[in-house]
Amino acid sequence: MTHHLDGNVLAGALSEVFTTDMTAARGRCGGCGHMAAIAEAMVYTDAPGLVARCAGCDQVLATVVDTGDRVILSLAGLSAVELRR
Amino acid sequence: MSFVTRGFSGRRREPDTRLPPGQTLVQDWPVLSAGPTPHVDTADWELTVQDETGTDHRWSWDELLALGVEDVTVDIHCVTHWSRLDMGWRGVSLDKIFEDVESEHEYVMAHSYGGYTTNVPLEDLLDGKAWIATEADGAPLDPEHGGPARLLVPHLYFWKSAKWVRGLTMMPDNDPGFWEQYGYHLYGDPWKEERYW
Repeated sequence: MTHHLDGNVLAGALSEVFTTDMTAARGRCGGCGHMAAIAEAMVYTDAPGLVARCAGCDQVLATVVDTGDRVILSLAGLSAVELRR
Repeated sequence: MSFVTRGFSGRRREPDTRLPPGQTLVQDWPVLSAGPTPHVDTADWELTVQDETGTDHRWSWDELLALGVEDVTVDIHCVTHWSRLDMGWRGVSLDKIFEDVESEHEYVMAHSYGGYTTNVPLEDLLDGKAWIATEADGAPLDPEHGGPARLLVPHLYFWKSAKWVRGLTMMPDNDPGFWEQYGYHLYGDPWKEERYW
């Protein structure tokens, strides 16, 4: 079985990059336009990196690759990210 | 001489010389996946090779097998640090596929059902180095392991052996595929530990 977890599993990796809790942020899927909290994404962790997919259309929203001495983050699948002050 | 251990015999040490740096031998077969598992029936399965003229060369499941299925025993090395040695596979050599394809381009993008992609130089797919694999460990490939067919390029890290392969597109440049865009090495030689950018 390939299974996925919810977006809360991204909290640790994203805290290295952002000063705010990104799992509470909302993002718009660049594929279908679905707007949801990052915590609601489907995150595949049994992979060479973390892969967050849209719960609406499966499009890849974000990836996190941990090389040991670097973290490589892609948010290419998100057309917008909303951060609350 | 019962106190003499057999643990240091040359035979026991042999696997170490076949393990690339940073790899650990496993006996099972871990499942890694970047997304949901596509379930593709062989009746619907098709392989397409697209050349630079836009021409599609197509093989149905039966047409693929008719090219000739061969047994191969290879070692595989996953970038997440596990390796399996002497793994038995069955598949169709990509030499057979490319016999019918004329192209000046030197790079290939593999496309999978489900949207995964990975880039490989054409020369790494030829001369008996790569297959469209349909069986492993003596059984048809399960969907979770890439069935009904996956690319098998065992001399590169295993993310290059795209599960659920459905197409190969010739490219003039070595454009990055899925993991290659997101941090992984453009080529991926396990013996040089080409893991990341």
